[in-house]
Amino acid sequence: MSSETAPLLSRAADAVYWMARYIERAENVARFIDVNLHLQLDLPLEPAHQWQPLIDTSGDAAVFRERQGKAKKATVIKFLVWDTTNLNSISSCLRAARENARSVREIISSEMWEQVNGMFLKIQSQRALAESERLAEILRGIRLGCHMFEGITDATMSYNEAWHFLRLGRQLERADKTSRILDVKYFMLLPSANAIGTPYDDIHWSAVLKSVSGFEMYRKKYGRITPRDIVDFLVLDREFPRAIRHCLRVADESLHAITGTPMGSCEYPSERSLAPLRAELDYTSVDRIISQGLHEYLDALQVRMNTIDDNLGRDFFAEALITQAQTQTVTTGGTS
Amino acid sequence: MQLKSYQMNGFYDEVFDADCKARAEARLLLETIESLEEGELLRCQRAAETLLLQMGITFNVYGDSAGTERIFPFDLIPRIVRAEEWDWIERGLKQRIHALNEFIDDIYHDQKILKDKIIPEEIINSAAFYRPQCRGINPPGRVWCHITGTDLVRHGDGQIYVLEDNLRVPSGVSYVLENRDLMKRTFPRVFAGLHVRPVDIYPSKLLETLEAIAPSRALDNPTVVLLTPGMYNSAYFEHSFLAQRMGIQLVEGRDLVVQDGWVCMRTTKGLRRVDVIYRRIDDDFLDPQAFRPDSLLGVPGLVDVYRAGRVSLANAPGNGVADDKVVYSYVPDMIRYYEGADPILPNVPTFLCWDDKDRQHVLQNLDKLVVKSANEAGGYGMLIGPHSTAAQREEFAAKITEKPRNYIAQPTLALSRVPTLVEDHLEGRHVDLRPYILYGKDIYVLPGGLTRVALRPGSLVVNSSQGGGSKDTWVLAPTEIGATNE
Repeated sequence: MSSETAPLLSRAADAVYWMARYIERAENVARFIDVNLHLQLDLPLEPAHQWQPLIDTSGDAAVFRERQGKAKKATVIKFLVWDTTNLNSISSCLRAARENARSVREIISSEMWEQVNGMFLKIQSQRALAESERLAEILRGIRLGCHMFEGITDATMSYNEAWHFLRLGRQLERADKTSRILDVKYFMLLPSANAIGTPYDDIHWSAVLKSVSGFEMYRKKYGRITPRDIVDFLVLDREFPRAIRHCLRVADESLHAITGTPMGSCEYPSERSLAPLRAELDYTSVDRIISQGLHEYLDALQVRMNTIDDNLGRDFFAEALITQAQTQTVTTGGTS
Repeated sequence: MQLKSYQMNGFYDEVFDADCKARAEARLLLETIESLEEGELLRCQRAAETLLLQMGITFNVYGDSAGTERIFPFDLIPRIVRAEEWDWIERGLKQRIHALNEFIDDIYHDQKILKDKIIPEEIINSAAFYRPQCRGINPPGRVWCHITGTDLVRHGDGQIYVLEDNLRVPSGVSYVLENRDLMKRTFPRVFAGLHVRPVDIYPSKLLETLEAIAPSRALDNPTVVLLTPGMYNSAYFEHSFLAQRMGIQLVEGRDLVVQDGWVCMRTTKGLRRVDVIYRRIDDDFLDPQAFRPDSLLGVPGLVDVYRAGRVSLANAPGNGVADDKVVYSYVPDMIRYYEGADPILPNVPTFLCWDDKDRQHVLQNLDKLVVKSANEAGGYGMLIGPHSTAAQREEFAAKITEKPRNYIAQPTLALSRVPTLVEDHLEGRHVDLRPYILYGKDIYVLPGGLTRVALRPGSLVVNSSQGGGSKDTWVLAPTEIGATNE
């Protein structure tokens, strides 16, 4: 990329990347819960097990089981929205996003800082009045706030190196969340495959689409709701912003903008882990994925996305600090 | 809003004269305030506080858990400084900073002022912030004090005195800029009819100063960074604010490394050389190899690179020698010695407990004087005689007798007051004034400053750590008062 401005500090790159991931995570969790609240109203006869998938999607199932046991609505909401000891709850995500933003206030725009600071202050004040009636409204506020942050980011920040790190974080988090919700829901709905076509099945699959804000766009493209088309849409669509293939394409663009490596070639380990994944999504087909086993496929995908994240850390964020610790045996001070 | 109930209590008031009449420069402001509906001022005040929180203009409270932030209380009624008075302050500050810089350079080189017996040598050798490591260092342009925040106070006699020089790492300038911004956003009508000199220029002037002191090889396009202890430091907001306004990188010690004799920062593209460091950490924490070996914040080897002239530091390490309150008492002598002129701005009369005669006087008058530790700031280590208990005075008498060099005493100043919003009405509260002075190529004084206000009734302590707040400071342009600025 053209580097009129000085290169970004490793620490700052790390902070903007994680700021974006936490905002995206908060927005996803808010949306998952919101959809589930609606689903519950449609399916009053299917009780408790509706809430377990949310915990499974969050990736914190073991922690939850240990602390709360069986997933009930109240405990799940407390765990995913308010619990500050759960590092992936909405409260924790917004706090972490704000802390990261605070450490790079001079790099992001004031408008971005005020937005993330405002969201943090708001959820702090809402803690006291978290009545279930108001929950839907609070969740809607969080989704809107996160969307606004994304809009403010793209409208007020130069598309410089820091912005690309930010976008990289956002896209990787988004791809991860889409893969998780699809995995969990597909697994849960599969036993009822012989019931395909019943109204309840339709409601469940619609909920999956709504969880990623994809219902309307899906309808336009495919019309009928079938599990195969949903997988095609959420994994392989080129245009839908939460489809995994789309997310990884955008992530790859930003990564190349950061490194300056021409598209189609790789120099850094992070590029070498992202490019083949992207190419594979370009050339595979939904039938191949399903015949191979969707769960296995998504599982492998998540492992590979984690590898990308690790490589980013080594390529840009952490290495400098590790070298420092080794050569000078200095521990870092001040920010823990 | 009615001002009839406003009490002067015999203090010098910046807005009213001794006959309770509005001073000329404050007349328009008072008219505006009087024309407000009941409650409007309070509404503006609340709006300003909400804005501060939303904008995240906060300081961290030490001793509280990480992440505890508070706003620095802001009061809407500004302090106004007349153009002629400012002109005098500005000349006085320039003279004083010039002399202090000469002094620091002299102390770390030939020590002529000691040889000429103007200042006793033992005072310097026993100064807590004297840094023998800095002897022989030649900072670019022989400038040591690049950024100064001098504390001024006005006494009951109407005279302005210098209370402290703050030559090390003065803070607060971000509030000068933010307070003005806040006033314009929440209370724009009070500016009507007055020509208040803008303060927004500060970041440009600061960057200019920092660029001017770059090592000569980098003068064309120096890389300037701001070094912060990190986001849990109480002044972190200011650090990020200034870095943002100057468009320079905000770095922590762990972002910097000394490699092959240069200071570099760690970036996503590898190491990049740094030319000028505006450091907002104390000398002690700059470089564990040069100063405190147990410091984890600094950059090992930094001072060697600095000594070699390959990186510039603002402020220069070693300045603290002139912040010693015993050394402070000699500043008028320094001005006469280096400038060959009488000081424009007076010092507060100071008794040195180190001197036998002065000490007797101090010990006999503890109930009238303010006793200060020679090397503490932030309103700590201080006895305010008239507000003290017998036990506190005994404690200080013992301390003074044990370590006379560490204490000075001054008359208790009746700091001037400015009307301040208390609930729904105005009351007088004591203030001081901290202007900011930059010294790169030339000396520049920002037309404005931080007016700190002691919000507790009767209190003389304006520090933010002890219940202080701040006000916008209006330096009027040298035009006729009442001329409009349409």
